Amino acid sequence: MNAPFEGIGASVRRKEDLRFISGAGHYTDDINRPGQLHAIIKRSDRPHANILSIDTTAAKAAPGVVAVFTGADTAALGSIPCGWQIHNKDGSAMAEPRHPMLAEGKVRHVGDPIAVVIAETRQQAKDAAELLAIELEDLPAVATVTAATAPGAPLVHDGAAGNLCYDWHIGDKAAADAAFASAARVVKLELENNRLIPNAMEPRAALGDFDPSTGDYTLYTTSQNPHVIRLLMGAFVLGLPEHKLRVVAPDVGGGFGSKIYHYAEEAIVTWSAGKLKKPVKWTADRSESFMSDAHGRDHVSTAELALDAKGMFLGLKVHTLANMGAYLSTFATAVPTYLYATLLAGVYTTPVIYTEVKAVFTNTVPVDAYRGAGRPEATFLLERLVDAAAHDTGLDRVEIRKQNFIPRDAFPYQTPVALQYDSGDYFATLAGALKTADWAGFEARRTAAKAKGKLRGIGISTYLEACGIAPSKVVGSLGARAGLYEVANVRVHPTGSVTVFTGTHSHGQGHETTMAQLVTDQLGVPFANVDVVHGDTAKIPFGMGTYGSRSLAVGGSAMVKAMDKIIAKGKKIAAHLLEADVHDIEFKDGKFTVAGTDRAKTFGEIALTAYVPHNYPIEELEPGLDETAFYDPKNFTFPGGCHIAEVEIDPETGVTSVVNFTAVDDVGRVVNPMIVEGQVQGGVAQGIGQALLENAVYDESGQLLSGSFMDYTMPRADNLPNFHVSTENTLCTHNPLGSKGCGEVGAIGSPPAVINAVVDALREYGVRHMNMPASPEKVWSIINAGRPAMAAE
Amino acid sequence: MPQVTLTVNGKTASVEVEGRTLLVEVLREKLGLTGTHVGCDTSQCGACVVHVDGLAIKSCTTLALQVDGSKVTTIEGLAAADGTLHPMQEAFREYHALQCGFCTPGMVMSAIDLVEAHPQGLTEQEIREGLEGNLCRCTGYHNIVKAIAAAWPVMHGKALPAAAE
Repeated sequence: MNAPFEGIGASVRRKEDLRFISGAGHYTDDINRPGQLHAIIKRSDRPHANILSIDTTAAKAAPGVVAVFTGADTAALGSIPCGWQIHNKDGSAMAEPRHPMLAEGKVRHVGDPIAVVIAETRQQAKDAAELLAIELEDLPAVATVTAATAPGAPLVHDGAAGNLCYDWHIGDKAAADAAFASAARVVKLELENNRLIPNAMEPRAALGDFDPSTGDYTLYTTSQNPHVIRLLMGAFVLGLPEHKLRVVAPDVGGGFGSKIYHYAEEAIVTWSAGKLKKPVKWTADRSESFMSDAHGRDHVSTAELALDAKGMFLGLKVHTLANMGAYLSTFATAVPTYLYATLLAGVYTTPVIYTEVKAVFTNTVPVDAYRGAGRPEATFLLERLVDAAAHDTGLDRVEIRKQNFIPRDAFPYQTPVALQYDSGDYFATLAGALKTADWAGFEARRTAAKAKGKLRGIGISTYLEACGIAPSKVVGSLGARAGLYEVANVRVHPTGSVTVFTGTHSHGQGHETTMAQLVTDQLGVPFANVDVVHGDTAKIPFGMGTYGSRSLAVGGSAMVKAMDKIIAKGKKIAAHLLEADVHDIEFKDGKFTVAGTDRAKTFGEIALTAYVPHNYPIEELEPGLDETAFYDPKNFTFPGGCHIAEVEIDPETGVTSVVNFTAVDDVGRVVNPMIVEGQVQGGVAQGIGQALLENAVYDESGQLLSGSFMDYTMPRADNLPNFHVSTENTLCTHNPLGSKGCGEVGAIGSPPAVINAVVDALREYGVRHMNMPASPEKVWSIINAGRPAMAAE
Repeated sequence: MPQVTLTVNGKTASVEVEGRTLLVEVLREKLGLTGTHVGCDTSQCGACVVHVDGLAIKSCTTLALQVDGSKVTTIEGLAAADGTLHPMQEAFREYHALQCGFCTPGMVMSAIDLVEAHPQGLTEQEIREGLEGNLCRCTGYHNIVKAIAAAWPVMHGKALPAAAE
């Protein structure tokens, strides 16, 4: 029997699953260290207030309490840094107020950490935290970008006038004005992109440990990028050099962006562990997650599209207010700029685009990247605007898109907003989706639904995203304070098995499987003989982690580079053993062969020879077979595709059901189709969640109203349909795998498809646009707007 | 402090608890069974689901004292002694019904109870409604629903399902 195919393209079942389905996963909160203490963070319940006094006497005297720390204890430590510096229109740098790990003099959002209570048990710490006497003086607060930018609005930070973090722009304003002046028609929309709370199922946790004998610190944390945390926390906050600080991100229960950032609690437990010479552990309650994990989205925009008489796009102007929250989270500033405005060409040939973005401080939880990060905001805006253009001009929704698509033969395609697309075929993904969704047969289904008293609508979104971030030189010139390469160490063991150490991090993506498939494919080593290690700065040379769908496109490319070095060295060893010229050695299917002969050495024989170099070209070649590669991407990758949603609305209740969802995506080369489908399904579920269910709501005073799973509507199994997910791929032209990334496409493409369908279903009510979520209340109110008010009972 | 005696995964354990100690705290902190997770504090997410006397319950909202003398099965107790997986565990792996794995133990325990409670059969809609008390943020539930449908005939002694696509 032949061994099953387990290389690139096989839906191999996941290596990591056995431990997860057996309860043997190893998440941060599962880790306990000898002598461990427990930390509880006392958080602000006010949106904005002066801290008049904190009396810790009673808390310190409570049973089991070891220490209580406040902002006064940590004031000498560094500010939690922002990783990306944006410049204003006038060239000056953005406002970057101090972000302390514990509040200093003022609290600026509900959830802002005020004090940490550390005790022998978690219950003791909780009880003692209740005994803290904190005197606060309320200040007026602003929760929305609109309120924060109103004249005379209260200031979140004294140093940020008008609550502005930055006032940035991109594109040619004069050219855009000229395009609009020549337009036959201008289509305008006011849009909001609703604020979301990521809610990975595993709440954040952090465990700091300190070894007094060596002075070494270890932080176990729920992170998507342990090396980045080591750099940010070590260099900027605590002043710990890298060689004295190990960061471990073990199994992590979902991230979706929210676990990229360096959070205060990581610094608090690490610093406390050093101070108390004991391990200190903190695990968030879900309520804390709601008010301390970085939120996502929250844009208010005006968008205008100029068209000629035939419906060709002539120009686009966008003005966006982006909510930063109370402090700048790690990547917050990049999201509404380089991950948003640069995407506004989408899949269209729009020749001129001008975008202004004002980033605004508010008295809310910091906002940062959440699955898609900027690209869902751009896609929602653009795909809603295109539908509005079809509505206003009477053009068909599919035809107006098609006639403005970037042609197949136009790649590489330079957009007017900095990006250069390497490959894509938007006609192919569109055709595939229209067919799968039976777009042509929709009107019959609408009629059938109407006969049952239901309103049926269909919506389309043809989208593009930029991921695989990104060339270090490019992002550096745009303000990134780090390089964005990736690192792989491929270690071939003496008996020919392989361990891969990757700088990416898996928190659901299945890297232990996909990356092992790469090794099987490239080196011919059986899948079972490959292990993938991630998430530990003590084991992995370096790495930038996992976000922006970069793991395969960037991290996988680093692996290919490292494996190329393994093969090159193996050829030299084989040439020596086979007494042939190295140029005559071919490597294929796990064998080094002298070209044109049957003389060969297996990969295992070469590995053994490398480690037992008795007959070895020792003068020219070091022993061992262990190679590392750093791969810096040459460009972003550009996945894209077409999503089609079909919805049915019950006019009696206003409830919208997604009855059909089709996604045809171009993600480049697929290594494991099963995993890709799973990634897209999960992304679409979050996109439907944003479109119909999820909404982070603050009241005017800055209180978070949607602060639990009882108030924030997470998608459940009975809110979602089965998904029709497939791919129609063109290869990335600039990385060795041809892969583009699949983690975010679902969340980027789907929200406008759903809203376009809702608007289509409600067209008889004169609806042209609707902001998310299309909640039952909102939909019902539209349907019943003409109905006389019910008499009071 | 009061004492609670439980039979957990076939083994008897007696532990001291406070009145406020939750079953999940006994499992995770006293017995080291960290496969049962805590994902929320409002009894919504279902990451903590275990079986008590054969029924799925949320261990994060059950006081340890409430279940004194009960038989508790956790995710760690599902596989046979020789390591053979429970059909539901097998189906979750085969159908890629998990990604980050955090909701998985509770999801599997709920799914088993759901299938056992429906010997006459389970429609897709019944499965979706039956998962009302379990949140998954990764999968969009598509493959979880498939896995449960595939485990049903195996658990009820019917023919093995066809392999996943």
